[in-house]
Amino acid sequence: MFSDWTHFGPALTATFLASLVEAVEALTIVLAVATVRGWKPAGLGAIAGLLVLTLIVVLLGPLLNYVPLHLLQLTIGILLLLFGMRWLRKAILRSAGIIALHDETKLFAAETAELREQERLQEQKLDWIAGIASFKAVLLEGLEVVFIVIALSAGGDLLFPSALGAIAACVLVAILGFVVRGPLARVPENTLKFAVGIMLSAFGIFWTGEGLGVDWPGADFAIVVFAALFLLVAVTAVAMVKRPVAEAHV
Amino acid sequence: MNIVSAILKELLGLFVDDGLLALEIVAVVAVAAIVSWQFPERSLVTGAILVVGCLGALLLNVRRARR
Repeated sequence: MFSDWTHFGPALTATFLASLVEAVEALTIVLAVATVRGWKPAGLGAIAGLLVLTLIVVLLGPLLNYVPLHLLQLTIGILLLLFGMRWLRKAILRSAGIIALHDETKLFAAETAELREQERLQEQKLDWIAGIASFKAVLLEGLEVVFIVIALSAGGDLLFPSALGAIAACVLVAILGFVVRGPLARVPENTLKFAVGIMLSAFGIFWTGEGLGVDWPGADFAIVVFAALFLLVAVTAVAMVKRPVAEAHV
Repeated sequence: MNIVSAILKELLGLFVDDGLLALEIVAVVAVAAIVSWQFPERSLVTGAILVVGCLGALLLNVRRARR
């Protein structure tokens, strides 16, 4: 039971948290579109985006079976390192006040203002433009989720927990968005990015090592140790470079 | 065309934000790969290079960003 959780748990948690972040960003734009032009173009655009994302997973997923396992682990491991450490770096810099925090309310206001400006300029084409905006938001934010699901499932039998984590997060955000009917500004996005960056970086080290033939002590449990090391270094890094609030960039 | 270029930009942006950090990670993996190729029986040394190298690259990159 414990070994099952150390195997599936990190993948499920990583995709759940990462999908939560991306789904909130996509929902913010879909809500902005719905506010300006109604639910029809917003919903159709979002559904079209989800269909393209599903197509990508269905087409790319099986192709990975044709790649030799060590090469696949090495490639996915390096990509996860690049992806995870990029998120972690940004989360550290945001926590330390070096760069500004992501603000869903601001993003919602900006997207709404842009659509209203377009509404003023070209009334007839607007449903089409609004649908495209919704489609693009779901597709572009969803690409990160698709990458994480495919990457985490490529290293072993993790497709089910990875996909489950992503779907659960998207459903949760969709329900919350429907109930709140406004941007989910209270989601602690940077904390989530911090956690996901740590987990993906830990997976990245593990699979890059596996791809290079490293026989990790403790097998899958090594991922938890790497995550603890990344957490320690990230917290140290925040403390090392932290700026007083007034000094932080806006 | 607009969407295609946005997708390509997004795909590149998935992995590269700060170019130097990406280069450092690739360099760490390259060193680990050379060691694993030269000394296949010492796989833990390869692992240690990966762990220490990536953690060090992150710490140095964040320190640079502070300046």
